[in-house]
Amino acid sequence: MAEPATSPSFQDMILRLHAYWSAHGCLILQPYDMRVGAGTFHTATTLRALGPEAWRAAYVQPSRRPTDGRYGENPNRLQHYYQYQVILKPSPPDMQALYLGSLQAIGIDPLLHDIRFVEDDWESPTLGAWGLGWEVWCDGMEVTQFTYFQQMGGFDCKPVSGELTYGLERLAMYVQGVDNVYDLRFNDAGVSYGAVFLENERQMSKWNFEVADTDTLFEGFRRAEAECRRAIDAGVPIAAYEQAIEASHLFNLLQARGVISVQERASFMGRVRDCARGSCEAYMAKFADQWAQHFPGWSA
Amino acid sequence: MSGDFLLELRSEEIPARMQAGARAELEKLFRAELRSRGVVPGAVTVWSTPRRLALIARDLPLVTDPVREEIKGPRTSAPAAALEGFLRKTGLTAAQLSERDGVWFAVKDIPGIAIGDVLRDVIVALVRGFSWPKSQRWGAASRHTDSLRWVRPLQGIVALLDGEVIGQGLGAQFDGIEPGRETFGHRFHHAGPIVIDGVDDYAPKLHAAHVIVDQATREAIIRDGAHRLAAEAGLELVADEALVIENAGLTEWPVPLLGRFDPAFLAVPPEVIQLTTRINQKYFIATEVARLSGAGHPHPTLPLEGEGFRGLRLANAFVCTANIAAHDGGAAIVAGNGKVLAARLADARFFWEQDQKTPLADHATKLARITFHDKLGSLADKVARVADLAEWLAQQGVVPGADPAQARLAAELCKADLVTDMVGEFPELQGIMGGYYARAEGLPAAVADAIRDHYQPAGPSDPVPAAPVSVALALADKLDTLRGFFAINEKPTGSKDPFALRRAALGAIRLITANALRLSVAEGDLLAFFAERLKVQQREAGVRHDLIDAVLAQGGEGDLVRLLARVKALQAFVGSEDGINLLAGYKRAANILKRESWEPQAQDYVPEPAETALAAALAAAAPRVDGALGDEDFTAAMAALAGLRAPIDAFFETVTVNDADANKRANRLDLLDRFRAAVHKVADFSRIEG
Repeated sequence: MAEPATSPSFQDMILRLHAYWSAHGCLILQPYDMRVGAGTFHTATTLRALGPEAWRAAYVQPSRRPTDGRYGENPNRLQHYYQYQVILKPSPPDMQALYLGSLQAIGIDPLLHDIRFVEDDWESPTLGAWGLGWEVWCDGMEVTQFTYFQQMGGFDCKPVSGELTYGLERLAMYVQGVDNVYDLRFNDAGVSYGAVFLENERQMSKWNFEVADTDTLFEGFRRAEAECRRAIDAGVPIAAYEQAIEASHLFNLLQARGVISVQERASFMGRVRDCARGSCEAYMAKFADQWAQHFPGWSA
Repeated sequence: MSGDFLLELRSEEIPARMQAGARAELEKLFRAELRSRGVVPGAVTVWSTPRRLALIARDLPLVTDPVREEIKGPRTSAPAAALEGFLRKTGLTAAQLSERDGVWFAVKDIPGIAIGDVLRDVIVALVRGFSWPKSQRWGAASRHTDSLRWVRPLQGIVALLDGEVIGQGLGAQFDGIEPGRETFGHRFHHAGPIVIDGVDDYAPKLHAAHVIVDQATREAIIRDGAHRLAAEAGLELVADEALVIENAGLTEWPVPLLGRFDPAFLAVPPEVIQLTTRINQKYFIATEVARLSGAGHPHPTLPLEGEGFRGLRLANAFVCTANIAAHDGGAAIVAGNGKVLAARLADARFFWEQDQKTPLADHATKLARITFHDKLGSLADKVARVADLAEWLAQQGVVPGADPAQARLAAELCKADLVTDMVGEFPELQGIMGGYYARAEGLPAAVADAIRDHYQPAGPSDPVPAAPVSVALALADKLDTLRGFFAINEKPTGSKDPFALRRAALGAIRLITANALRLSVAEGDLLAFFAERLKVQQREAGVRHDLIDAVLAQGGEGDLVRLLARVKALQAFVGSEDGINLLAGYKRAANILKRESWEPQAQDYVPEPAETALAAALAAAAPRVDGALGDEDFTAAMAALAGLRAPIDAFFETVTVNDADANKRANRLDLLDRFRAAVHKVADFSRIEG
């Protein structure tokens, strides 16, 4: 374990990652201001992965997994946590070295800790996306998902983007040598992660599992789905994509409320997928000609 | 004169599970590409690490053999247009053609090609034609559709023939990756490029840079190291060769390290600990050296995937394999891995304790929500059918000694563990967890064992349950599956067997034959399916498939034990001299009967002695065959048939069947027909080959 006295706090770790990726040409973006299940949903990843233009961005994305809520009683599981997301397009030839540099930047010595790239392919049927890559292990713990996107929204990625997704709490627990997420030092002035988020986990777990009004959620899902179609027809695919994100999260909440049967589940997932793919297709259609002009030889 | 060739294809981490296949593909493609150019290499060696595939080929000829190629053209008498076409095709002039037997031939001499040029083409073919289970594109080149594909991004190529770089300039075809002589060592232990001179310094130079290129060496380091560490700790490693190979595929510089976990976790069943350490973390586990006394231990040890703990108590130790020689000797790595394992085991213990708060009978009620098959109802429906059948098998004495109530109870609970958290996390533990939970509830050992073992035998080398309740349940489960899917016409076709019915049938056959269970297993299509499986299964035991057909043709023998006894007696008989001759006589009779037709007539002549003798023999043999078959004494039935051999031989020697006298002919055909019928009481000899 890194020494607690010298290891970065939770917020310092984020600042170090920002400084590191900024120095390597990334735009430092802010979280997408909607409820999403993972950093991949940010338009800076999904939509920017489409088309031929170069793109480099890094950001923190609060991620919501309603079914993972444990009322603040589990040391590892949260319904709301943070992902640190890096997207490098096209994937650079030294992507692995860049990534390893970022681990050193937050205090992990690769000759003291065993860092390994273990096969783990990624697929999101919802986004019509898949890629090959690894989960990165540090002393047997998964700390990052490393993916070379091959398809997004059903389209071949041309070029391929490299995506890094760090689980910030997990990584911080490792770096700080802490066994309970709520014991993490959020800063170096005595504020713990629990002081910031424990009550939030308790209340949101209760709301996700017990309180949320399911009629409202179902109605919200239908509205988001309809609005997505309207936005696609109106030629504003980014707005359509936001509605797809909304539908996806409402579906997750309905799952947590336990009101979607096994048979219905596939149908709901299909509806979310149609929204997300439809948005990506509309985005592609809107820009394909322009891209083909600027990048001779490129085609969707 | 010959040359030695080194090829290294360096990439980002190749999945461990793909490396053995990749080595085989590399050698196969290399040899095939050379062969198509007329080159046969001497020794070929292939190596892999997570970050490279390497090939060394020795004793390559420096120049390929010249080849003379002859192309047949039109006849000399053909119209001029045909000749012109041929000249255009071959690029020759008429003067360069030769004529033989009125046909034009073009002869082309292809001179030998320098091996360097051949290898250059081979490299292109290898990189472009390599087949990975899954491959990807990457980098700026992937803006275009025809960019390179590899399992993960390809980073460098070393290609040296006797120390000279092969394939210079190929970079344009490889998205900028230029073959050369530079490679890289261990990701963390060695910085900067390494310059390779040729085949001989490749492995030593990489070794100096903390990379062991030969996977067999890495495997030995892991295997021996893990055993040694366990022994030094006074323990015995649970050998796991698949794990050795996987860890060798994850490391370039393997360093096994032993750690400990909280012994309180040993309250969790050893199978669970082994699975979570092995599958999730790729760690080895160890047992205490002293044997258990057996009785009294809360968790009787069980075999898992054929390895088992051989009655030894699991130790609170694990061996992980690091990819570095750490500054601190691995202390931080062991501590970190120990923490991860503790979190996993804490999860497992949570499931173990949580699952036990609900009785299996309550878990089982949730099976009503799980569909077994659209047309066959829920898992609860299946369980109800299996319970009826298991109870019936016990009640009817099909499985001697099985208590019907216990068989029913075991059946009702046998699928309950599918809805437990533990089996949700580790589906491989289905059955095994049910057994543990049943025991923990205080259910009879026979019931718990039956739940545990009811999926057995699942594979051809799995042990076959022998305890009566276990046998009743295991058989009922498989028969229900088979009868159900056949009833809705979901039968395996060709290579498609989505419901694993072949495996279920084989399992049922092994349960029935190993335990000598007497029941009619099926009829119609399903019986035919059983027969097919039985033939495959019995082939290894040397039982002839045509004899199984011969017995089955007697009409739906669904009692597999009786069927096999009959087949075995038949096999012994048709291998004997009497049997061989009787079969010959049978075939002769059958051939005649097949050709002829006749009306039965009252005999109006004095039969010849051989006719009388055969009729008498038939009259004597028929009741003996019937009696023996009734007693299931198949050897005696065969012996009775053997008594027909001499009379049938004598009949064919001295009697003319197709006599001009219609009455004689009809009566003799009748006699042959009775002979055939007598033989058919035992088996349909027409199905016997040879």
